[in-house]
Amino acid sequence: MISANKRQDKLSGHELSRRSLLTGGLAAGFVLAFHLPLRAAVNEPVQPADVTDGRFAPNAFIRIDETGKVTLVMPQVEMGQGVYTAIPMILAEELDADFAQVALLHAPPNDKLYGNPTFGLQVTGNSNSIRAFWKPLRNAGASARAMLVQAAAKQWQVDAASCTASKNEVTHTESGRKLSYGALAMAASRESPPKDVPLKDPKDFVYIGQPLKRLDTPDKVNGKAVYGIDAILPNMKFATVAACPVFGGKVGKVDDSAAKQIPGVRKIVVLDDMVAVVGDHMWAAKKGLDALKINWDEGPNANISSKDIWQHLRTASEKDGAVAKSAGDIAKGLSTGEKFEAAYELPFLAHAAMEPLNATVHVRPDGCEIWTGTQIVSRVQSEAAKAAGLPVEKVIVNNHLLGGGFGRKLEPDMVIAAVRVAKQVDYPVKVVWTREEDTQHDVYRPVYRNNITAVLADGKVAAWKHKVTGSAILARWLPPAFQKGIDIDAVDAAVDAPYDIPNFHVEYVRAEPPAVPTGFWRGVGPNNNVFAVECAMDELARKAGKDPIEFRRAMLGSKPRALAVLNLAAEKANWGEKLPPRVGRGVSLQPSFETFIATIVEAEVDDKGEVALRRVTSVVDTGIAVNPDTVKAQLEGGLIFGLTAALWGEITIDKGRVQQSNFHDYRMLRINQTPKIEVHVVKSGEPPGGIGETGVNGGPPALRNAIYAATGVALRRMPIDRSLIAAGKKA
Amino acid sequence: MATTLTINGEQKSFDAPADMPLLWVLRDIIGLTGTKYGCGIAQCGACTVHVDGKPVRSCVLPVGALNGRSITTIEGVAASAAGAKVQKAWLDFEVIQCGYCQSGQIMSAAALLASTPSPDDSDINAAMSGNICRCGTYVRIREAIKLAAAGRSS
Repeated sequence: MISANKRQDKLSGHELSRRSLLTGGLAAGFVLAFHLPLRAAVNEPVQPADVTDGRFAPNAFIRIDETGKVTLVMPQVEMGQGVYTAIPMILAEELDADFAQVALLHAPPNDKLYGNPTFGLQVTGNSNSIRAFWKPLRNAGASARAMLVQAAAKQWQVDAASCTASKNEVTHTESGRKLSYGALAMAASRESPPKDVPLKDPKDFVYIGQPLKRLDTPDKVNGKAVYGIDAILPNMKFATVAACPVFGGKVGKVDDSAAKQIPGVRKIVVLDDMVAVVGDHMWAAKKGLDALKINWDEGPNANISSKDIWQHLRTASEKDGAVAKSAGDIAKGLSTGEKFEAAYELPFLAHAAMEPLNATVHVRPDGCEIWTGTQIVSRVQSEAAKAAGLPVEKVIVNNHLLGGGFGRKLEPDMVIAAVRVAKQVDYPVKVVWTREEDTQHDVYRPVYRNNITAVLADGKVAAWKHKVTGSAILARWLPPAFQKGIDIDAVDAAVDAPYDIPNFHVEYVRAEPPAVPTGFWRGVGPNNNVFAVECAMDELARKAGKDPIEFRRAMLGSKPRALAVLNLAAEKANWGEKLPPRVGRGVSLQPSFETFIATIVEAEVDDKGEVALRRVTSVVDTGIAVNPDTVKAQLEGGLIFGLTAALWGEITIDKGRVQQSNFHDYRMLRINQTPKIEVHVVKSGEPPGGIGETGVNGGPPALRNAIYAATGVALRRMPIDRSLIAAGKKA
Repeated sequence: MATTLTINGEQKSFDAPADMPLLWVLRDIIGLTGTKYGCGIAQCGACTVHVDGKPVRSCVLPVGALNGRSITTIEGVAASAAGAKVQKAWLDFEVIQCGYCQSGQIMSAAALLASTPSPDDSDINAAMSGNICRCGTYVRIREAIKLAAAGRSS
């Protein structure tokens, strides 16, 4: 291992590297990023070492060595959404690197080098990867390219402007001389980064906008891809945990006599709020845990049920909220005609990522090392340090591919739990939650209630009041973002509903459900608000005697991108064609994460209220689609994620505990229930919008509106209630 | 108890409790981590492997009943024509997102093509509905199976 000082000395010869790294906020982060031994677990594919000796390392993201190998450090994590392809495409585009040859490296914890510009933290979420890093990555690539070109021009004694670059090579156009990036790496590292480096004109893009093959998938078809749960370390043991089934409860008495008799059980760890069994393998740990007799001290939440939680939410929604947006005169607007009033409700949801929660931890007297897959690697490091009682620089976090994130891995609790277990043993321990534990100790998508009051005039909405009541996740997760009683996530896509409405008013009431912890869930705030707005629009359209698409169209004068996706979706789905009996089509429109999506769901309803999905058509304008095939895939998958929740998703509480436990009672859509899905990606020159979250939100309101069209039943809560549909109760 | 299995063509002997599911033997004793834990109750298919060519959920399959049997996991599926075809189709059609469930999806699809070289939609539903994908790649899984069966690429 090279010491910090020694490394600093070496770098002092590299004026450029040092300066650019320092301006990147190197001082504090440097030690962590480059000096602790970032060790892979023994079964991991060899990652390129993140060292800068003899390399061109112009910024936090790019490394080029003398052999010409280009290594890119990924500031955002790969959890399926395709950023380990999109980020390299953007960097390679401006760097003129050979995209097919780049090597990738997971970023170490370091907010200063790798923090998401939107949050100032190393966070992957809220569809912010490409939106926030679009400019910084392009600048990083272009700046590095300019230094390579400058180095070549110096060597040839020509003007840099007379040189071009392509696929890891600089060419002097006139003479045809060429130098590879590898040959230029050392010289480039002595160049100064240019000021205000020009970026490519989009018409010159060679990678961006192309459906290039993903870089992460070849290892995902042969078992070589390593997720956090796959880490293997020498002398490692395995553990599984049980927290008190009642939220907030504690461990009372534990009888471990039977558990100790299970072959392979090594240790029983009893903490104040959870119990863990450590064994030679997961099976021993699991059998040991099952054999424990635990008396729980269930605490103050032992009598809470879903009924209490809904009552609490509904009562809170009667209060006036903090005003998130107000235009026109809402009081006057609402007094000019007959009021439409409706309340729309959404349930708790679990994340149910396919990779159950896990972390592998080795706590030693002088440090702690962690192997896991997280959306918040720097926060995991600092929270683990607190749990381990160590300074933050003594904690190493090796991040991994994520087997789904969906917001669950925006929390550090699974890592903290593993650190607390690992503190009790002197070997590395892999702590894996069972699916049951994962389902019952999630941080849940909050329950929400939306009170919507509206008045029509001349077939349009003249006044609109939307009161959102629910958790302020941001107030817990990023407290400075919670200002003046407004959670900007909870009202996202409510305050910017796309319709031209002269008197428009959005309020927010913070209501934290008793007992149940809440957190971000894919689609985040808009998955509530798009649902409420789009359901109400359909009911208002019917009240106005208009076709749902016609009705929306008439209020989109100031939103041409929203209008364009709506029109194209209507065309692609043959909106208006005659349908068989009990088949309906519903539409939804959403402008969220700077992306515009129109979705049309066609569904068939039987006389028992069962619903079959027949066809889904989605049109998306996400601005420049860095990789249009990934955008399409995110929409296809997002639609299924959202429709799964609409059909079945609900976590219920009885006696302070979650009643669902595994996929038999927390159902997922399966291939035989999946409809034909067509996604159309609109070509656009606008800056890229978000895509990972967005696809989730269009399906549920469009499905609900399809049921409304087929049956006249106006469902006002999710998941769909088959008994209401069967009863044919009209709104 | 001492057990010997043929895993991806190699004989492996190990000591494990007879009731220990094959999944945990593969992952925690043999060190083959491509086979995934998802639910532990045969509801999600992430743990699918082949025993003597047939797809099984390894999370509920006690290893004690398997002595002498031949196991194929995702790490070895490329050795069969159907397995290699499925892997190629998965990449050609860019099926995968997070990828965690895909070992199981590929094992189920490879077994389907080995037994039913030209599956129709109902064959695909029957063979694949036990495999959950939370990223929602089902549309592409269906297409990729059809392409692999037809020997075409996208």
